[in-house]
Amino acid sequence: MKIAVCIKQVPTREWQPRLNDQKTWIREADISYEMNEPDAYALEEALRLRERHGGEVVVCSAGPARVQTVIREALARGADRAIHVEHDSLGAADAFVIAEALAAAMKDEAFDLVLTGLQSDDQGHGQTGVILAERLGIPSSTIIMDVRIEGSSMRVKRELEGGWFQWLAMPLPALLTIQSGINQLRYATLKGIMAAKKKEIKKASLPDGLQPSQQVVGLAVPTRSKQTQMITGSPADAAKELVRRLRDEARAL
Amino acid sequence: MILVIAEQREGKLNRATWEAVAAAQQLAGGAPISVAVLGASTGGLGQELAAASVAAVLVAENAALEPYTPDAYAAAASTLIESVKPAYVLLPHTYQTRDFAPLLAARIRKPLVTDVTGINGTGADATFTRPMFQGKLAAQVKPQAGPPAIITVQIGAFRADAVQKGGAAAVKKVDLQIDPSAIRQKPEAPFREAKQAVDLGQAERIVSVGRGIKSQENIALAEKLATAMGAEIAASRPICDNGWLPMERQIGSSGQTVAPKLYVALGISGAIQHLVGMKGSRTIVAINKDAEAPIFEVADYGIVGDLFEIAPALITELEKS
Ligand SMILES: Cc1cc2nc3c(=O)[nH]c(=O)nc-3n(C[C@H](O)[C@H](O)[C@H](O)COP(=O)(O)OP(=O)(O)OC[C@H]3O[C@@H](n4cnc5c(N)ncnc54)[C@H](O)[C@@H]3O)c2cc1C
Repeated sequence: MKIAVCIKQVPTREWQPRLNDQKTWIREADISYEMNEPDAYALEEALRLRERHGGEVVVCSAGPARVQTVIREALARGADRAIHVEHDSLGAADAFVIAEALAAAMKDEAFDLVLTGLQSDDQGHGQTGVILAERLGIPSSTIIMDVRIEGSSMRVKRELEGGWFQWLAMPLPALLTIQSGINQLRYATLKGIMAAKKKEIKKASLPDGLQPSQQVVGLAVPTRSKQTQMITGSPADAAKELVRRLRDEARAL
Repeated sequence: MILVIAEQREGKLNRATWEAVAAAQQLAGGAPISVAVLGASTGGLGQELAAASVAAVLVAENAALEPYTPDAYAAAASTLIESVKPAYVLLPHTYQTRDFAPLLAARIRKPLVTDVTGINGTGADATFTRPMFQGKLAAQVKPQAGPPAIITVQIGAFRADAVQKGGAAAVKKVDLQIDPSAIRQKPEAPFREAKQAVDLGQAERIVSVGRGIKSQENIALAEKLATAMGAEIAASRPICDNGWLPMERQIGSSGQTVAPKLYVALGISGAIQHLVGMKGSRTIVAINKDAEAPIFEVADYGIVGDLFEIAPALITELEKS
């Protein structure tokens, strides 16, 4: 089986947002990045499918030069090779542009299965995977928690709201967007890191003329509408005051 | 014209549909609104929707729409859009919409703005507020290259009870051609995992632990706090994903929805998928080292600090009396 996994590089969870002077985007200079979490689960699922069914896992990423770090990390975890659509503008591009860029680089590969995370922890559009499927001319299903390959088709378990699930049958090739928690992640071994250095990263260029589908005209820290009573002081004092208020004011204890 | 696509399951409209209608009324600024309901047979739902102050209710019935598939829904929605020619299409941001709206947008090559929490202005000049970076920032977004622009509205961001009623909308049937052989997903019946042993919905108090707890060993600290408070232990999704607590203790859109007397969020950032499961709690306490964490948006009491210092101090304080 030829499996593609699309991976995005996003700011780490600990990152404290800083805005550019126009307040239309973040200040990229002082960010540390990591692999988008649902994409890490998608990669793990691809590696497990390869262990079961053979074939290869190809990492695909669209982004500036910096995304090489997460590509190398994916190769170290066990992916076989990579395709990198490289362009500075892709760091802030929307889902349509990213999906079109990936589709152009991926279409001749004729993958049997394409996995993406269900959304990115940065812009969080939750669209890239499904748009990519449509551009590749293959069916998609989203928020997937289990994948069973059965010959030329598969059964997948889709998460629904409130603890409900549903199995669906789909033909291959197809695209699935993977939900966090589908499996337990593995981390790169030293051997994997060494091996990754020799693996191929093919560069692809951004197709001309891609137009964004939306424009960020302003970015801000969200305004708070609720009056939260903030309790300050040393841990012991704050704890004492909180317990007092929960007993006397809120009558919750 | 603004088109709202309602969401129904087994003959019932969800609350999120009414929230989307409320959002459409705000965005329209007086322009006409049509609400469409899709399904194999939609019974009295058309009439129910006609109670809202809208210009028309469109009933689009086709056997291929049951059970739900993204292929059938994208096909149906694109036909509706062709005939109504709306400036905007509004939908609630549910699991179902997440599944087919990007497909629809890709197919008709129109912008899709997801998870919208606010609408600024009306008509063609409107911009839309949506969270980015896990809710750490709010972006103002302007769709390009519409009409229509497809907008999905976040659950709870608009008030269902704010829908203006009293319309005398005509309920019209719409003809839909859907080729059943073009539907590539074959769904089976929805199910729940093995019966839930704990019903957190009944708990009076809940201490809920998030990724701030750092490792499985530290769960014991949260459990100790729960015991001291007479509370049940619960968690955000990543804790259950890691297997540190069982899935049945997960709070949020893909877990349980609770409304206890007291909800203590320990090292939880407050992602929307978590908030929808607990924001109905009577008193909410947030303990987080990040003063900007979105959880403080819903908290009644907040302590900014290290939970590894605050939680032990709370246990000591509670055990005193
Ligand atoms: C379709 C879908 C469904 C989902 N369903 C759910 C759901 O049902 N339930 C759910 O919870 N999530 C759900 N999620 C995931 C959700 O988006 C978030 O990723 C998740 O809620 C984050 O969990 P968290 O707050 O524990 O972790 P993080 O977002 O990583 O937050 C950890 C917090 O801990 C704080 N912290 C760290 N160290 C300390 C310390 N020493 N002291 C105090 N504070 C500290 C940090 O400041 C941070 O705010 C869903 C996501 C999707 C896309």
